[in-house]
Amino acid sequence: MKPTDISSPDYFHKVVDCQWACPAHTPVPEYIRLIAAGRYSDAYMVNWHSNVFPGILGRTCDRPCEPACRRGRVEEEPVAICRLKRVAADNKGEVLSRMPEIPSERNGKRIACVGAGPASMTVARDLAPLGYEIHVFDGAAKPGGFIRQQIPRFRLPEEVIDEECGFALDRGGVVSHMNRRVDSLKALLAEGYDAVFVGSGAPRGRELDVPGRKEAAANIHLGIDWLASVSFGHVTSIGKRVIVLGGGNTAMDCCRSARRLGGEEVKVVVRSGFDEMKASPWEKEDAMHEGIPILNFLVPKEVLHDNGRLTGMVFEKVAAQYDEKGRRSLLPTGEPDVTIECDDVLVAIGQENAFPWIERDAGIEFDRWGLPKLDADTLQSTDPRVFFGGDAAFGPKNIIWAVAHGHQAAVSIDLLCKGEDVKARPAPDVRIASQKMGIHEWAYDNAVSLDLRYKVPQLPAEKALRDITAEVELGYDREMAYLETQRCLNCDVQTVFTAKACIECDACVDICPTDCITFTENGEEDELRTRLKAPAVNTYQDLYVQDGLKTGRVMVKDEDVCLHCGMCAERCPTGAWDMQKFLLETAKPKAHACHSR
Amino acid sequence: MSYLPKPKLHHPKLPTNAIGLTRRDYEGAISTLCAGCGHDSISAAIIQACFNLSLPPHRVAKLSGIGCSSKTPTYFLGAAHGFNSVHGRMPSVLTGAYLANRDLIYLGVSGDGDSASIGFGQFAHSIRRGVNMTYIVENNGVYGLTKGQFSATSDKGSVAKKGNVNTDQPIDLAAIAVQLGATFVARSFSGDKEQLVPLIEAALLHEGSAFIDVLSPCVAFNNHPGSTKSYDYVREHNDALNRLDVMLPRQEITASYAPGALTEVVQHDGSILRLRKLHDGHDPTDRTSAMHYLMERKAAGEIVTGLIYVEPEATPLHQNLGTVPVALNSLGDADLCPGADALERINASLR
Repeated sequence: MKPTDISSPDYFHKVVDCQWACPAHTPVPEYIRLIAAGRYSDAYMVNWHSNVFPGILGRTCDRPCEPACRRGRVEEEPVAICRLKRVAADNKGEVLSRMPEIPSERNGKRIACVGAGPASMTVARDLAPLGYEIHVFDGAAKPGGFIRQQIPRFRLPEEVIDEECGFALDRGGVVSHMNRRVDSLKALLAEGYDAVFVGSGAPRGRELDVPGRKEAAANIHLGIDWLASVSFGHVTSIGKRVIVLGGGNTAMDCCRSARRLGGEEVKVVVRSGFDEMKASPWEKEDAMHEGIPILNFLVPKEVLHDNGRLTGMVFEKVAAQYDEKGRRSLLPTGEPDVTIECDDVLVAIGQENAFPWIERDAGIEFDRWGLPKLDADTLQSTDPRVFFGGDAAFGPKNIIWAVAHGHQAAVSIDLLCKGEDVKARPAPDVRIASQKMGIHEWAYDNAVSLDLRYKVPQLPAEKALRDITAEVELGYDREMAYLETQRCLNCDVQTVFTAKACIECDACVDICPTDCITFTENGEEDELRTRLKAPAVNTYQDLYVQDGLKTGRVMVKDEDVCLHCGMCAERCPTGAWDMQKFLLETAKPKAHACHSR
Repeated sequence: MSYLPKPKLHHPKLPTNAIGLTRRDYEGAISTLCAGCGHDSISAAIIQACFNLSLPPHRVAKLSGIGCSSKTPTYFLGAAHGFNSVHGRMPSVLTGAYLANRDLIYLGVSGDGDSASIGFGQFAHSIRRGVNMTYIVENNGVYGLTKGQFSATSDKGSVAKKGNVNTDQPIDLAAIAVQLGATFVARSFSGDKEQLVPLIEAALLHEGSAFIDVLSPCVAFNNHPGSTKSYDYVREHNDALNRLDVMLPRQEITASYAPGALTEVVQHDGSILRLRKLHDGHDPTDRTSAMHYLMERKAAGEIVTGLIYVEPEATPLHQNLGTVPVALNSLGDADLCPGADALERINASLR
């Protein structure tokens, strides 16, 4: 193998599994250390710079970071990264003064954002400090989009939404046009904006198409619309027996909301198997914890009604079959159909994009799935002035992806307004610094906690079910949060090896608790992986290879299960190993941009 | 040294041996020796060998004297019996323990000061008597704890950290062990576990006095140009192909490298040192040949590593003395204290 090029930012970034997995690349270990130090406001700001909505995401994020967490590979469960983020938000002090100032002098460029969801708010937040004049349009009375309308209050209190939307929109430089739905892109473009960002989400719930649907329509509701009605207080009750169709997080929000509005027998019915459901495992757990059974492998066949009054639904039993390519199909088992009686049905089987307000001749091309044709890096559409992000870009994803898109689009818009090539993406800001303070003293806490993941305290179910606005999760207190922070392995503190200093004494090999390090003859990667001290079977994780040793061998470190405990560096007599903190911030629009009009 | 204990988390695919233990289960407390000390590598080799042999840690007794090397039993086999004895007195304490309880596996760990200077006589007599043990000397050629004076195994002409040149002849513990009747004698290098681990395994399995002289560089005081026991020095003469195959008990041990492989490098001080493997003409079961071979190579200025001599059918001390076949702690009161009549009979037989 060729020696690893550690000067490429991607190499060490990938070692920080959580940050690499986060669409917005939040420097997770950095803020976890700040929480451990009790520096909640600092931790909040690290988050705020990367993901804009720490308090909201700390309660609702899909947490792609957690399945990626290295802790999950050396122990049973990942660090509770998401809930630690909430700790930073819950305990922060005054943070407004730490946010970048909005200059009173504008740069003369006007940007329109369609929709006031997370993607648009991110664009606004990134660009306002640079002097842009941002106009945000939304049909609702308050900003937040999906965050405010579809996430139930028992998961996300309204104050948190208000505060963080405020940080993005109300500090100046942004004009919010609420209660104003954009109904023509052409008209918007005609208003002379320098760029338009479309962050209008995926606002249409997928319909159920079975016999009886139309007749019983009065008691069949589309999940996302129903959730919005609940959120706005238009709906305050539901029947005693409720069927929720669908296996995603929206279905989980629907069934848990129904439980709180009078649903006594609420059942979730999914087509697929329980394990293949799209909902996050913890959301399924929360639903089941509230006495909601999840019935799987049942395909809706018919809606039963008595002269238009809904009485139940019939389902066909299916089983998963896999063809030789591993593709799944759900085939009927031939068993008798299942009938479930109910008073209401909530349909949460998916969301679709809808752009009725974009005229077909407005210059925006769409693909055959009805999604805009975009450049994946710049998010620029076929009209160079129009950018897309969030669910409007590539179909329904989640908040953290919307934020990531917002940052990407903000960079593009800034480049466009400066007359630069939007494809020439700025490099991330990377800092790497030795953590050595003394012979065995490090600037980070390198002890490895053996504690198992701490459970977040919850409101007792009987209390929680009585009030739809009572937040179920109480969040970690400071003490529990501290203990949970100690489970973080500090994967951003990198093991950096200098071959010319190495005397090949084997001290690092002997001390490494997870057998990551091997000194051996070089070879091709596939073969080399088999003859390390512990075979490197996780090929997603890189091998760190360095040559230039006196014996002609190479140092090979399998990054897979390194604890970043620094033992190799402590036991190294010559300083050939060093622990260096790698801090990467993705490129954001630079403050100096566009000031010279 | 490190302040923190080694994290308990281990590789998720860490294998277990025949008795269900992982290699990590054979570890001890974290080492407090200097970073990079060869002794730590030897500890790791002992851990690996005991794991490979599936030895129950609680059936091992590790004994040592005084010195850096004698601290190391704390750093491996935390679940074994341990005795940190007086300087140079490990062999007699081990002999006593062995006589009292023949069921344990005895591992003596010593250094060049502990065995070649203050405990030279003890070393000789334990070997001579055929105590069933593995006797490892962690040989760095200096007194590390007293800041690097030449020890009795330091080569003539070797240069100290401050520039002094050693004028005394070195004691070759391996050669002496062969001469004293050790039934297993080997030499190895802490930086070559592929060679060292199988040698320790073989020694632990050997029933009789097994002696291993392990070159173990002292990073703090004897790892500089001019030293004949530095990593660089040994490595420059070691082509890293000197590995032994896994050895089974009471089997003739064969090496997998080409016979007669030899490297020669001229040092700064002009001395020539060679590290070579056992010669294909060398018969490791022939004591006379082994002695001759060691003398010959020493005269040529080379370091011989690997298995030097083994007596496959050794008779250990208990067998020679005709003692009871079980550990004394398993005997009842009546056996241990047979009474006045028995004493009378013994006295009478001696009159």
